[in-house]
Amino acid sequence: MKLATGRWVFGGALVALMLFTLFPFYWAIVASLTSDAALFRDPSLWPQHLIFDHYRALFTERDFITPIRNSLVVAGTTTIFCLIVGTLAAYALARIEFRGKAAIMGFILAVTMFPQISIVSPLYLLLRSLHLIDTYPGLIMPYMTFAMPLTVWVLTGSIRQIPKDLEEAAHVDGATRLQSFTKILLPLAVPSLATTGILTFIYCWNEFLFALSFTLGPERQTVPVAIALFRGQYQVPWGEILAAAVVATAPVAAMVLVFQRRIVQGLTAGAVKG
Amino acid sequence: MARIALEHVDKTYPNGYVAARDLSLEASDGELLVLVGPSGSGKSTVLRLMAGLERVSDGVIRIGERDVTDLPPQQRDIAMVFQNYALYPHMTVRQNLGFGLSIRKQAPAVIAGRVNAIAASLGLEALLDRKPAQLSGGQRQRVALGRAIVREPLAFLFDEPLSNLDAQLRVETRVELARLHRKLGATMVYVTHDQSEALTLGDRIAVLKEGVLQQIATPMELYRRPANKFVAGFIGSPAMNFIEGVIQRPDGAAGRIGMCTFKGIDLTLDVPCDGGTRRRVFLGVRPQHIEVSGDGENRPKAEVAVVEPMGNEQIVYVTLSGGDRLVAVAPPQELIKPGDIVSIRIRPEGVHIFDAETGSRIDASPYAIER
Repeated sequence: MKLATGRWVFGGALVALMLFTLFPFYWAIVASLTSDAALFRDPSLWPQHLIFDHYRALFTERDFITPIRNSLVVAGTTTIFCLIVGTLAAYALARIEFRGKAAIMGFILAVTMFPQISIVSPLYLLLRSLHLIDTYPGLIMPYMTFAMPLTVWVLTGSIRQIPKDLEEAAHVDGATRLQSFTKILLPLAVPSLATTGILTFIYCWNEFLFALSFTLGPERQTVPVAIALFRGQYQVPWGEILAAAVVATAPVAAMVLVFQRRIVQGLTAGAVKG
Repeated sequence: MARIALEHVDKTYPNGYVAARDLSLEASDGELLVLVGPSGSGKSTVLRLMAGLERVSDGVIRIGERDVTDLPPQQRDIAMVFQNYALYPHMTVRQNLGFGLSIRKQAPAVIAGRVNAIAASLGLEALLDRKPAQLSGGQRQRVALGRAIVREPLAFLFDEPLSNLDAQLRVETRVELARLHRKLGATMVYVTHDQSEALTLGDRIAVLKEGVLQQIATPMELYRRPANKFVAGFIGSPAMNFIEGVIQRPDGAAGRIGMCTFKGIDLTLDVPCDGGTRRRVFLGVRPQHIEVSGDGENRPKAEVAVVEPMGNEQIVYVTLSGGDRLVAVAPPQELIKPGDIVSIRIRPEGVHIFDAETGSRIDASPYAIER
């Protein structure tokens, strides 16, 4: 009896939590499908007429394709570079003995502790003198410095958890260090690579301050900047903003769903000892 | 196949821990050498030095006649079976078995042939497409074994390969390993902390303690003539009894004959003893060499504390009048209960004498036991 009550309470709490987290998404979708007029007069949780005007406006009037392309290029490139450099750094930190390892880990983490706003101006001057303002590299490089610590820390932790025996077995089997890295360690690190990749991608996809500061016009603006600049002098086009938010969230959500299978698969395959 | 030899090998870790000290030993061609010792004795380190997974601080390692001291593991052409098997979790059994061959750029047809042959000989055919996570402990053990054999290496190294198996499987696999060794005629070095594994498998056994070789000998030699008190106490089950005592030459006695006085037991032995000085020694007797009986006059008396019936024998724990505790093995039909006063007889062939300070063996032949 008591057990049953407990389960009901637990279930109720879960439902409440789900409503709490999912409601904004629901409302964004509903609002993006409601006409502006209806939205301002009597907004309804159960809209009567679904219209796609806002989405159409997004791609015809506003050229929302360009910011999406920019975001994909910047976030994608940053993620790939972060994973490559981060994996190599993490391998060294996890597997090779050298002096000052703890200090290096500390420095890497310290980078993220600067408030972003405090380094916008110096970074701007730096990028301007390198002629990188309003270019992809001008965004990718700052993103890498901010995303790298997460990559390195998470990957170092997960590589440390992979039994060293496996690489040693590979060595005895005849593999060189590079072979044991690519054929044994890397496949086993795929789940954590996917996880850190997703986190890095999301960070870059949503980043606003640098993207706003280091771009000049719509040519190189990313999705968050573009959405922020939707608002005109006299009105805020909520319908279009929310439609854009939905469009911007979709690729990330899709990516997570794709990789999720991979993550779960990787976790179960990793069981070595019985 | 080839011999493996360590010549004056030292291994000191950066933190100052000494895992091997002036260690020289050899597993000759086709021999199964067991390295045995308690945890921290450096036996696994020695194996890792042989494999090339650790570098020696000093000394030379040879495989065959080749000096491999500075070669990385992949160039030593040896195979190793790890304690936790270290199967590649993301590969199927087939890929695990073929990994070493494919790394060495063998033709796929050759690899497939060898893998299938090994799988057949180990009864793994049905499992070839499974991942390690889908195998039982015993099956993983066999895959690990197969992965070592398939490459036909110069020598095999085993790092406590049976310790993760349950008792019954351990005995079966032990027999399997012995059979495999005979079939392959391969040089094998086998690390274990389990003395029964060491005694049953080893052509010879090297006993290590704190990185120092204590004795290297055949199982029989090790059991019959342990080189020091440590080896004597480590090999044999139940463990050897030790009683403190002194050697003294009785007045007027000539030559080597010495009188041994232990707490509660006096022995006359043919041991080297110099005149008047008393030499502190330990008497070592295996439980199998102590007879316990209800009758017997003029013999040391002891009180029975615990009796453990084992079916084919019973293990008797007694306390001597001097306070020393002894373990004895008695035949199952002997009627002994806790609290009984029994008499003790030490069989002459079972007497070992060790120097109390150095622990090293003092060769003694019993003259007359008892008084």
